[in-house]
Amino acid sequence: MSDAHTSHTHQEQAALKLAKMAGQIESFFAHYPEEKAISSIAEHINKFWSKKMRQDFMAAYEKNQSALTDLVGKALPQIRH
Amino acid sequence: MSLIKEIDYGTPIRISETMVTLTIDGQSVTVPKGTSVMAAAMSLGTKIPKLCATDSLEPFGSCRLCLVEIEGRRGTPASCTTPAEAGMVVHTQNDRLATLRKGVMELYISDHPLDCLTCSANGDCELQDMAGAVGLREVRYGYDGHNHLHDVKDTSNPYFTYDPSKCIVCNRCVRACEEVQGTFALTITGRGFESRVKPGPTDFFGSECVSCGACVQACPTATLMENSVIAMGQAEHSKITTCAYCGVGCSFKAEMQGDRLVRMVPYKDGKANEGHSCVKGRFAWGYATHSDRKTKPMIRKSITDPWQEVTWEEAIGYAASEFKRIQAKYGYESVGAITSSRCTNEEVFVVQKLVRAGFGNNNVDTCARVCHSPTGYGLSTAFGTSAGTQDFKSVVKADVILVIGANPTDGHPVFASRMKKRLREGAKLIVADPRRIDLVKSAHIKADYHLPLRPGTNVALINALSHVIVTEGLLDENYVRERCDLQDFEIWARFIADPKNSPEETEQFTGVPAADVRAAARLYATGGNGAIYYGLGVTEHSQGSTMVMGMANLAMLTGNIGRDGVGVNPLRGQNNVQGSCDMGSFPHELSGYRHISDDATRNIFESLWGVKLDDEPGLRIPNMLDAAVGGNFKGIYVQGEDIAQSDPNVQHVTAGLAAMECVVIQDLFLNETAKYGHVFLPGASFLEKDGTFTNAERRINRVRQVMAPLSGKHEWQITCELAQALGYEMSYTHPSEIMDEIARLTPTFSGVSYQRLDELGSIQWPCNEKAPQGTPLMHIDRFVRGKGKFMITDYVPTEERAGPRFPLLLTTGRILSQYNVGAQTRRTENSRWHQEDVLEIHPFDAESRGIKTGDLVSVASRAGDISLHAEITDRVQPGVVYTTFHHAVTGANVITTDNSDWATNCPEYKVTAVEVRRTNHYSQWQERNNEEDKIMRRIATDHVEAAE
Repeated sequence: MSDAHTSHTHQEQAALKLAKMAGQIESFFAHYPEEKAISSIAEHINKFWSKKMRQDFMAAYEKNQSALTDLVGKALPQIRH
Repeated sequence: MSLIKEIDYGTPIRISETMVTLTIDGQSVTVPKGTSVMAAAMSLGTKIPKLCATDSLEPFGSCRLCLVEIEGRRGTPASCTTPAEAGMVVHTQNDRLATLRKGVMELYISDHPLDCLTCSANGDCELQDMAGAVGLREVRYGYDGHNHLHDVKDTSNPYFTYDPSKCIVCNRCVRACEEVQGTFALTITGRGFESRVKPGPTDFFGSECVSCGACVQACPTATLMENSVIAMGQAEHSKITTCAYCGVGCSFKAEMQGDRLVRMVPYKDGKANEGHSCVKGRFAWGYATHSDRKTKPMIRKSITDPWQEVTWEEAIGYAASEFKRIQAKYGYESVGAITSSRCTNEEVFVVQKLVRAGFGNNNVDTCARVCHSPTGYGLSTAFGTSAGTQDFKSVVKADVILVIGANPTDGHPVFASRMKKRLREGAKLIVADPRRIDLVKSAHIKADYHLPLRPGTNVALINALSHVIVTEGLLDENYVRERCDLQDFEIWARFIADPKNSPEETEQFTGVPAADVRAAARLYATGGNGAIYYGLGVTEHSQGSTMVMGMANLAMLTGNIGRDGVGVNPLRGQNNVQGSCDMGSFPHELSGYRHISDDATRNIFESLWGVKLDDEPGLRIPNMLDAAVGGNFKGIYVQGEDIAQSDPNVQHVTAGLAAMECVVIQDLFLNETAKYGHVFLPGASFLEKDGTFTNAERRINRVRQVMAPLSGKHEWQITCELAQALGYEMSYTHPSEIMDEIARLTPTFSGVSYQRLDELGSIQWPCNEKAPQGTPLMHIDRFVRGKGKFMITDYVPTEERAGPRFPLLLTTGRILSQYNVGAQTRRTENSRWHQEDVLEIHPFDAESRGIKTGDLVSVASRAGDISLHAEITDRVQPGVVYTTFHHAVTGANVITTDNSDWATNCPEYKVTAVEVRRTNHYSQWQERNNEEDKIMRRIATDHVEAAE
C-alpha cells in the first residue's frame, strides 16, 4: 500500500469522524425549530472545532452535502472556514 | 514553626439563634442554646478534664472525669452531657471534684502500662495529660490486679496498630467509626471488665474497616496509633495543606520532623472535610518519596533509545528546540499541551499561558476533557456557570438526595460520610446506578429507591423523572415563573410531557420499573429540599452533556436551586479538576470560561502578556490524537497526566503518541505515556508544591510546601523556563505572583490572593467586589446567566450497543483504595486492598459462560481485548460487567472505545459492548505492553551499570 493511499484513507476516515461528530451535534439540536437548530449546530461547531477541523470538514462535504445528515448539511453555509 | 493544635471543645459546637448566659467559675459566658457546659467552659479557655469527650463526637458521658458542680443541683453531673442553661452557676474545680477525678484516674492507670517513656504517644497522650491535670501521684490499688496489660496487638492494618493493652475503653474510636465515618466497623465486645474494642470477629485488615483514620485520630492514648509515628516518633512542626487525591479537597496538617513527613492529620478547620479523611489522603502519601520517583531530567532521540540523564538546561533547551523545529516544519498548530488536574492552579495557568503565548496557538486541553467537560458545558448552558451550585455543607439540609452515576463511598469518601450522616438523620435517598453501590444498602443506610438503569440510558431516565413531575403537576410553578426563561420552559414542557418520555415508555430502554421511577419522581418533587449529586456515570457518555442539562432541568422544575440543601453538584474526580478548568485549560476559552474569540477578553490578556493571541479554538485531546495519527500534530507537552493509561482506546492514543516527534513528559514517574516520551522533566509531589487547588465546591485551598522539590525546581518554574527557551519571557519569583495575575485577568477571581486565602482559610469563587468573602451558594436570587434555561434533552441511544458479537455492556469505575490510574496509590500499601483490576460479572452471565470467581477471562470489544480475573457478584445486573482501570498492566482502556459526548468529546467510558469468555492467557496487547515496559523505560546509566 502506498503512502499516498494510506494518507488518502486516513483523510477519508477523519472526514467521516467529523461528519459523525456533526451528526451527534444535530441529534441534540434537532428538536428545536429548524432555523434555530441549524444556527445552533453551526454555532457549536464554530465555537468548539479548530479552524483546521472546520476546513477539513468543509473540504470534504461542501460539495457533497448529501453525505451529511439533513440539518448539518443546511448548517454548512454558517460554518466559518 | 510549631505543631498546630486545634482547640478541642469536648463536644460539638452547636448552632442556635437562642443564646444562653451562665456563670462558670465566676466568669459569665454566653453560648448558643444546646452547647454543653464543657464546651461553654472551653470557650472561656477553661479546660475541664476529660477522656471520653472530643468535639468531633456527640457526648457520651462515660469517663466520669469531667464532673462539675452546678449550684442548686444535686451530685456532680458530667459537663459533657449537661447542656448549658441560662442562669446556671457552674464550678469546675474544687476539692471534692479533684478527689473524685483523682479516684477515676487511679482506676484507669491501675490497668494501663506505665511505659510512657517508650510509648509512641509520649507527648501526645490525653491520658498522660489528665494524670498531670488531676495531680495523680499514686495508684492505691497497685498494678498487680487483674488487667489487660498482656493483650496482643493487632498489626494487620498496614497504616496503624491496635494495641488493646493501652485501651481505656472510652469508646471514642467506636463512636468515630459510627458518627464521623459511618461505617460501623468497630464495636465493644464483652461487658464490664471484659469490654474490649473489636473490629468484628476478625482483625482490622479483614474487617469492614475502611482505614479512614477517624478512630486513630479519636483515640486519646496509643491504643490506635499510626505506624509512621510508632516508627519515627512525634512530629515537631506542621503546616496546613490540601490533599492531592479526589475533588473533595480535604485540608490536612502535614506533621513533620524537619523535612520528613511523619503523618497527615485531617484539619478540623478545613471547610471541605471538617476534620475527616479517607484512607488515601490520610495514609497513602508514601508515593511521594517512592524509589520509582524520577528526579533528574532526561532526554532521548527516539522512544526506542534508553533515557539519558541530562542537566535542566539541556532538557529544557532540547524540548524548546524540538518544538521550534516542529513548528517551523509543520506549522504553528502542530504542537500543544495537556494540563493536569493534579497540578496547582498556578502550575496549570502557566502551561496554558505557554501554549497561547509561547506556541502561539490554543492547542491546550486538560484531563477534564475525559471526565467533567460535560459538566462545564451543561451547567454553563442552563445556569451560566461551569461549576456546581453548593458547598459540601449544604447536604446537611437536604431532605431528598438523588445520587446519579456516582459512587461517593469509594470515589469521594469524605463527602460520602457527610451524606451518610444526613441520611441517618432521616433524609431520603434515591440512587440511579447500573450497579448496586454501597449507598444502596450499607450499615444504617438504605436507599428508598435504587433505579438500576442499563448503561447508556441516563437521559431516558432523567426525562422520565421530569415527565412525571410535569404531567402530575408536581412542579414549582412560582419558581419557574420567577427564575426561568418561560419561552424555553414552555417549549421544553411540551417536549417532556410527550408520552414517549413517560416511565412506562422509557422502561424499555432503562430497564427500570415505571412504578419505581414514578415514586422516585414524586419523592424528589415533594420531599422537601432535593439535592442532586453526580459523577462520571453521568458525564462519560455520548449524551453526557445532555444528561447534565437534564438534571439542571429537573432541579429548576422543582425549585431546587439557589438555597441550602438543594442544587446540582458534580463530584469531581481529581483534586483540581475544577481549578484546571477555571484556569483556561480548555482550547476554546481563557480563564474564567470566556471564549477565545471574544475580542474584549483577548485584548485584556494580550495587553498583560504582550503578545497577540490566536482567536480560533484549538484542538481537544481526542482531536490532537486524531491529528497526530493523521500526521498533522507532532509535539506535545504533557503536564502530570498519563493519557496512555487513562484515555479511551489506548491503542489509538499510543499510535498518536508514537507518531509525534517530540513528547515532553512532566511527571513524578516514568508513566505509561512516558514510554512514548522524548523529554522527561521531573515534577513535584503535592508535598513539594506551593500553590492552590480548587475543589468540587469551587473552594480555593492553599497547598503549602512542606519539603523542597526533589528535582530542585518547582513545576511552574520548569514551565516558565521552557517558555523562555521558546522565546517568550515568562517569569515569577513566587506562585502568589501567578495568582495575582490570575486575579487581574479573571473577574471571578479578582478578590483572590494568597494574603486573602491566609485570612479566610479558603475561598469559594466567585470572589470579587460583589462577593469579597467568596460565594458558598450559587444562583441564590438569580442565575448567573439571568434566567434559568430549560434545554430539550431528547434521548438518543448510544451507537455502542450490545449485540450478538459483543452481548454484554462493560462499565468502568474506581475503588476506594486506588485512585485514577493508580500512579500514586499503587505505590503505597493501599494495593493490599486492591492488587489487580478484576471483572465483576453477574452469576447468570458467568454461569452461561462457565466462568467461576478467580478464572482468567478475556474481555473483548471492537477496540481491543484484555484478560483479567473474574469476580462473580450480583452487584452488577445481568448483561452488565464492570471493572476498574487502576492498574496499567490490565489495560482496561484498551477495550473502551473512542465514542464520545456530542458536545465536548468526553469519552463514553461507561458503555462498551464486550464479550467475555474464559481464557488461559493474557492478551496480545498485554504481552506486548509487558515487553515494551522493559524496553521503553530503560535509563542509560542503569543500562550501563547492568552491563558492567
